[in-house]
Amino acid sequence: MSAPKSLRPDTLSLHAGQQPDPATGARAVPIYQTTSFVFSDHDEAGSRFDIARSGHVYSRISNPTVAVLEERMAALEDGVGAVATASGMAAIHIAIATLMGAGGHIVAARSLYGGTHNLLAYTLPRFGIETTFVDPRDPAAFASAITDQTRLVFAETIANPRCEVLDIAGVAEVAHGAGLPLAVDATLTTPHLIQPLQHGADIAIHSLTKFIGGHGIALGGVIVDAGRFEWESVASKFPTLCEPYEGFHGLDFSEEFGPAAFILRARREGLRDFGAAMSADTASRILQGVETLPLRMQKHVSNAMAIAEFLEAHEAVASVAYPGLASHPDHDLASRLYPRGSGAVLSFEINGGREAGRRLIEGLELFSHLANVGDAKSLVIHPASTTHARMDDDALRAAGISESLVRLSVGLEDPADLIADLSRALHRSQK
Amino acid sequence: MNFQFESNDIFAAGEFDKTDSEVIVLVHGAAMDHCVWAFHTRYFRYIDQPVLAIDLPGHGRSTGTPLASIPQAADWLLAFTQNIGVETLCLAGHSMGALIALEAAARGGGRISRLALLGFGFPMAVSDLLLDAADDDRASAEQMMTVWGNGHGAHIGANPVAGLRATTFSKRLLERAADGVLHTDLSACQAYEGGIEAARNVSCPVTIISGSDDKMTPARNAQATIEALKNARQTVIPNSGHMLSSEQPEATHQALVAALAA
Repeated sequence: MSAPKSLRPDTLSLHAGQQPDPATGARAVPIYQTTSFVFSDHDEAGSRFDIARSGHVYSRISNPTVAVLEERMAALEDGVGAVATASGMAAIHIAIATLMGAGGHIVAARSLYGGTHNLLAYTLPRFGIETTFVDPRDPAAFASAITDQTRLVFAETIANPRCEVLDIAGVAEVAHGAGLPLAVDATLTTPHLIQPLQHGADIAIHSLTKFIGGHGIALGGVIVDAGRFEWESVASKFPTLCEPYEGFHGLDFSEEFGPAAFILRARREGLRDFGAAMSADTASRILQGVETLPLRMQKHVSNAMAIAEFLEAHEAVASVAYPGLASHPDHDLASRLYPRGSGAVLSFEINGGREAGRRLIEGLELFSHLANVGDAKSLVIHPASTTHARMDDDALRAAGISESLVRLSVGLEDPADLIADLSRALHRSQK
Repeated sequence: MNFQFESNDIFAAGEFDKTDSEVIVLVHGAAMDHCVWAFHTRYFRYIDQPVLAIDLPGHGRSTGTPLASIPQAADWLLAFTQNIGVETLCLAGHSMGALIALEAAARGGGRISRLALLGFGFPMAVSDLLLDAADDDRASAEQMMTVWGNGHGAHIGANPVAGLRATTFSKRLLERAADGVLHTDLSACQAYEGGIEAARNVSCPVTIISGSDDKMTPARNAQATIEALKNARQTVIPNSGHMLSSEQPEATHQALVAALAA
């Protein structure tokens, strides 16, 4: 007899974190539109504040509707817990601030979402946190960049926009060998395509705004903690988790909560003090997306593959970056890590440079020209002038972002209609 | 708090003072540690009640090798607490810890003022499948403990501790245990035969706290012990499996406070 199975992801997408509302029997997740929660007595009030009893206090720190989303994401990622935030960027910021203060150092992949690059390259240095950027395809480069001050290794599972595929296990081995956690931004892959915590990552971060929400109507982020990293084994590096915290009456998170140390501090300090909380209404909207995530992702990746193959064969296209194609340098790795498909964001170099790219984007009718990915509708953008515009020329070159690069986020439309739209616009772009 | 005892470093969460007349002592289950009592420990500290959630030898932050039998562990618990200056124990144990607490209450006589047994049943039979897996297929054993140890409600979720996944939390504690600890602990549970005899020798009030959905120690499996105890009652926590404190922390809190109240 094999070991019994836990509930499977398709089931968890619909059920995890919620049971019919005990007060009303409501099957759907109720929106608890309240800032605060009544205490039954003085003892309950004080002990909830002191993390001595469970229960909600104030919706900046926790809320029943948001908690359903958090537990559902923890379940889908096989994490010990999760914290939802106001955006994906807030999730990254809180995760970093939970691990380090001034003097801390991060080793990060150089191919990152432009907002993340801004945070690491320009904003965090003002607070004394420096980042060294390395080639995401080279685990040895991560190892070489680690210093005594390094507190985190960070990368995207599949990078935006050139689709470099992270060798999660390889980079995790490097990080763990140096006594460091690996955090990955898994926004482009979602738990349907990969569970990075099962490949060795310690923290998974998502912009819920993208594929997980899927509808493009709500911003959100989440941090999921595997609960496996043994902070106390490298306690001197992580005083926020392994030393008494005066902001909580001397609480030592690692000593008292063990596997839940990181995620509890991220909530109890990160949400309390930085305040980037998700609203109940937003959580409800994102939960609608989570329920259909497995079905939608199947269609996203099959459409993306069809589009990638079409583009690769088109004479107006110089190259296509999509790991599902045999021509992509990470194709073999992607085939191993992503048997269900390599996501639905791809980029390509158009012949004719920036001007041809402009004509293409303005000529598309079904693809929406906007700054987002992961919508149910197909999207297009020119990264060098928008999402990654704050990167200097060297950083753009290092990330492989040229003037002729166009990024697509492939939606759920009929792929024949998308191909027809691209075909028309590509033709016009070359005139 | 860190202690030295019998050449081991012994850790206990919580705090007490040698002048305290009575200390709440919490004993974890197989391959677990003090973290299973985290909320309870913080609560008793919050109300200024001396409390120690002890890591047994070879568990959590305590060094040494796991104790091989329940009577041996009970003797160790009584000797350790005596050594650090705890004379009277208000004692609670979970699962294997409940067997240890029961045996300690029988052997400790007047030193135990009240007793709470959580996730308790006697005999505490362990399937051969689980025992064998604990010996040579650790990942499967941890998966069995996670699936069987948590009730259906925990597998769905809706944990009152916002964002926490109870099933994964208990699995991570199992994963943190050193090699061989789970097998030693489960073997000790399986081999323990003295439950009824111990129950007859317990004189303090006893509360058995059971989960309504506990597949590992169903509530009915405490009945023979209850009948042998002089002063016992049972509280059943709805919608909980074996991992009461992580599955239903608030209901378990209330039951535990009621059980240990002076």
